[in-house]
Amino acid sequence: MENSKSIVKTKYMGLKEKVKLESGKTLPNATIAYETYGKLNKKKTNAIYIFHALSGDAHVAGSNSKNDKNPGWWDYLIGPGKGICTRKYFVICANVIGGCKGSTGPGSINPKTKKTYGLKFPIITVKDMVNAQKKLIDFLGVKKLLAVIGGSLGGMQVLEFISSYPNSSHLAITIGAALKQPSQGIAFHEVGRQAIMRDPNWKNGSYYNNAFPNHGLSVARMLSHITYMSEKSLQNKFGRNLQDKKSLDYHFGIEFQVESYLNYQGLSFIKRFDANSYLLITRAMDYFDLSRGRKSVDGAFKKTKSKCLVISMSSDWLYPTKDSLEIVSALRANNIDTSFIEIDMPYGHDSFLIKNNKFPNAIRGFIDNYCKEEIK
Amino acid sequence: MRYDHLLIRRYIKPNSKVLDLGCGNGELLLLLKRERQANVRGLDIKENKVAKCLEKGLSVLQLDINKDLHDYKDYSFDYVILNDTLQTVYSPIKVLNEAVRIGKKVIVTFPNFAHYSVRFYLLLNGKMPKTKALPYEWYNTPNIHFFTIKDFIEISRKNKLKIIDKKFYNKKNSGGTPKVFHPNLFAKNALFVMSKRYSGEHK
Repeated sequence: MENSKSIVKTKYMGLKEKVKLESGKTLPNATIAYETYGKLNKKKTNAIYIFHALSGDAHVAGSNSKNDKNPGWWDYLIGPGKGICTRKYFVICANVIGGCKGSTGPGSINPKTKKTYGLKFPIITVKDMVNAQKKLIDFLGVKKLLAVIGGSLGGMQVLEFISSYPNSSHLAITIGAALKQPSQGIAFHEVGRQAIMRDPNWKNGSYYNNAFPNHGLSVARMLSHITYMSEKSLQNKFGRNLQDKKSLDYHFGIEFQVESYLNYQGLSFIKRFDANSYLLITRAMDYFDLSRGRKSVDGAFKKTKSKCLVISMSSDWLYPTKDSLEIVSALRANNIDTSFIEIDMPYGHDSFLIKNNKFPNAIRGFIDNYCKEEIK
Repeated sequence: MRYDHLLIRRYIKPNSKVLDLGCGNGELLLLLKRERQANVRGLDIKENKVAKCLEKGLSVLQLDINKDLHDYKDYSFDYVILNDTLQTVYSPIKVLNEAVRIGKKVIVTFPNFAHYSVRFYLLLNGKMPKTKALPYEWYNTPNIHFFTIKDFIEISRKNKLKIIDKKFYNKKNSGGTPKVFHPNLFAKNALFVMSKRYSGEHK
């Protein structure tokens, strides 16, 4: 039997045209890094597009090499025989523009100056990310996707997609998302950005030939990591346990397990993420507001034809159920066939990334049954 | 197949739009979708029930009947179903009035608390009745607002609701519609088809 260990390679697509950005600026010569799984059928009706979250990338499932220790970030859900079965479906996932995992971002070379972009990289929005990825979907020859799926920032991209391209996907699934970035979310992001920008190594974003602003980026990650968990999951995992010792040392070094865990999260993040990308992507999320330029947010889905499944997580306090219910209301106001479930898991906003049966079962039921009934 | 589901099925015209309030695991909706080609929607408050519905490919919302019905538009469904649900809600009258607002017709089924077995149980034991149809203890029952067939007819009148049809049945009795003599005493369950009384604006 084929297994999820089958090797997948990251592919790259160069955009011929400039990407027009919401800010009015343009992004020339952009590259999009993407991965695909399974086979596109002849009629091209079995493509499922995954939008990734803030720190995600195109590597959503499988392994990139034989000894790859890190399978894709949603490997428990996507693969042969899994919730999204890659024997049936053709799965696509791409790194967002502005990111640092292969798509053009602030660490890429600016074709005008032949130097890294740094802060010269234009400010991007969720809409810009989606528009760039739509070009990839067109390039792959898919006129209408079977489904668009995403959690967190990925969910925002799903909402933007069904708003901007209302007839380009049969189905849409959002997880832990919101119609607009809530104030608390902006607040946490701002603390993270300040940690980066106040790191002396940041140097207005021009650090690529010198020391990186690792302190700032790791502190930003430590903070945001707390917001992705829950009080309960922290308590269950660490309690007040001391780190590798039986008594207090009375100093400001590591005393508690939870401190050690957070520091580890921060340190492992700096190995895989670029600080300027972190600034850009958090900014894009903060700008996200589907009601901008509209009388009411309901107008965003006036032409949307996709059947929708909105999922929230009971322990998610960053994008709580209330936010998902606002999505449900806006969709229903436009007579869109909408389902909603609040999945009961204790791990906070990151629950959808932690292996479980609830997400695969719900998503499989939603997609498989639709295919049986509607796609002939 | 549950007898009450078969009974409800008879009332549903092909291709109609159906909303099941308190749809549980979606069995009834699936039946109506398959055998009546109905355009079905469900609502239930429990995550595990909604999950079962999603596995069946049903469109369902995990919402609270007691407070989340306002987003449904007037007469947006041909039928709204309250299948053994009304006795489990906080404000049955409010829910019933919402149901007849949303649905052109409403089908209500409920356990009859005046069935003789219930009456005898209370009379002989002096304890809250526990029967095969009502197997719960008083402290853990989901049925928080018990009522009888007589009560239901009375409250329908008070709220100016029109009773279009009614059927009485004992769930075991699954061969055709039983004729129940003196239903408030001998019927374990009742089904009512209702609508708003003065509703000239819909067919």
